[in-house]
Amino acid sequence: MKVGSNLEKVILSGSPVVTVELGPPMSADATGFIKKANLLKGFCDAVNITDCQTAIVRMSSIAGSLIVMKEGLEPVMQMTCRDRNRIAIQSDLLGASALGIRNCLCIAGDHQRFSGLGRFKGHPGAKNVYDIDTCQLVGIIKRMRDDGLQQGGDRLEVAPRLFIGASWTPTAEPLDFRPINLKKKVLSGADFIQTQGIFDIDLFKQQMQTIRAMGLHEKTAILAGIIVPRSYNMLKYMATSVPGITIPEKIIHRMLKAKESAGSDKEEIKRRQEQEGLKIAMELIHQVLEIDGVRGIHLQTISWEEVVGYIIKTCGLYPRPKIHS
Amino acid sequence: MIVGEQKPFEEIWNMIRQYRRVLVLGCNTCVAVCHSGGEKEAHILSEVIQIKASSTDTSIEVNHMGLVRQCENEYIDDAIHNLQTYEAILSLACGVGVNFLSQKIGSIPVLPGLNTTFYGSVEEAGVFAEMCVGCGDCILHLTGGICPIARCPKSIMNGPCGGTNNGKCEIGVDTDCAWYLIIQRMKALGILHLLEEIQPPRDWSKSFHGGPRRMFVSHVMLNKREDANK
Repeated sequence: MKVGSNLEKVILSGSPVVTVELGPPMSADATGFIKKANLLKGFCDAVNITDCQTAIVRMSSIAGSLIVMKEGLEPVMQMTCRDRNRIAIQSDLLGASALGIRNCLCIAGDHQRFSGLGRFKGHPGAKNVYDIDTCQLVGIIKRMRDDGLQQGGDRLEVAPRLFIGASWTPTAEPLDFRPINLKKKVLSGADFIQTQGIFDIDLFKQQMQTIRAMGLHEKTAILAGIIVPRSYNMLKYMATSVPGITIPEKIIHRMLKAKESAGSDKEEIKRRQEQEGLKIAMELIHQVLEIDGVRGIHLQTISWEEVVGYIIKTCGLYPRPKIHS
Repeated sequence: MIVGEQKPFEEIWNMIRQYRRVLVLGCNTCVAVCHSGGEKEAHILSEVIQIKASSTDTSIEVNHMGLVRQCENEYIDDAIHNLQTYEAILSLACGVGVNFLSQKIGSIPVLPGLNTTFYGSVEEAGVFAEMCVGCGDCILHLTGGICPIARCPKSIMNGPCGGTNNGKCEIGVDTDCAWYLIIQRMKALGILHLLEEIQPPRDWSKSFHGGPRRMFVSHVMLNKREDANK
């Protein structure tokens, strides 16, 4: 065992792992965030606390992580390379470990231009950092944890205890390079991988076949990303505008049929699409868990935390394993 | 070459309107090639300023001229006495020219008429593209001659990131994903395996982040001293 986090223990137990994503609020008040966190309690092994996703200013991941810990959940603190240089990142990692945070997901982070494209003004004029990239960040944490050394070479009195995660986009171009991408993250030290949302199950199976041939599934725990679609418009938007997500036409068509079957009643249109979305997500969960080398799921509900309990129970993933060390 | 574009006219006008005798000074090397700051553009801009001045009853005498380069003593020295007869110089050189001339000219303000944008290529007539940021530690041999530092908005060394989108960058469909281009190019060269190597954190001290840089070419400095001693 490397750090003894609940996530690590469940992975080692061999049971299918469940992580869920939770975004901190655009607020200095955590009341709503705590409510949402409690909707996930008991239904996941760890909860990812995002780090200013889409480059929108939100409560920090490190603070959000501490808040969910107080509620009895285990956080996966996300750390982007966008906003901090190696000095700030390593400093935050030491602080996070001292606070008891035991998992960290390394990601590049959405470019700040994103922040102004949606319904918010964001900070498209911000200066980004990108002193290091994801692969390098993974390597830096591993060196801190396992060798007790900072990136610059200085020794740490006490090394941070962090289970290291990285993201992976398996089903988008350049498809033939994606496995190499994963290999580099794994060789850098990624203990677990959370993938971008999977909709194209055939393509994902093909990529996993390559990953198994490379033996990477044994060196890291791959958790397949599941996004719960809520409407035809959302699916259409993701298919055309969200990088890294490939959605087969038949899934989009299913949702369109559900929408059109509802007649003109607005509530009914919403209800039928949500039902179809849940069905799609739950089918995908069953399908990814059948793939050899997939060790669990990473569920992204995009602010629809109310359905997590239902999904996890219906998919036979409840109760979550209680691991005693 | 260095690429720049002229500032909006209103911004230029607000910089110069307080002066009574102004020289619009073109630079006939890089920024002339990108049609922004050569002698020709200096001429046109000086006429536009004159029109603006007469339409607003502002009294300004505006002349124009061009230097081969505004970043070398050799070209400035010949013109310096003429330049010093003006109240202000509106330089259409890149930022290097404005800095250098400011150091040489004494108590006359040198104002920037351009926004210096990047080091770029001439993709086609009228189209310029950024390709280098002068990071001080070239790695183009590792990336098929395509620079991820200059051409990837995240400057990542172990790309692509999750934002690559069918060959385009997440910041917009007008921007090619540099890492997509790198992979295609390395495949074509038969050296894709080089990308499997994990590139360690960079030493940014060789770039601007290490502070303003100077370069010394010792044999040239030595020759100059010997010439002076003769």
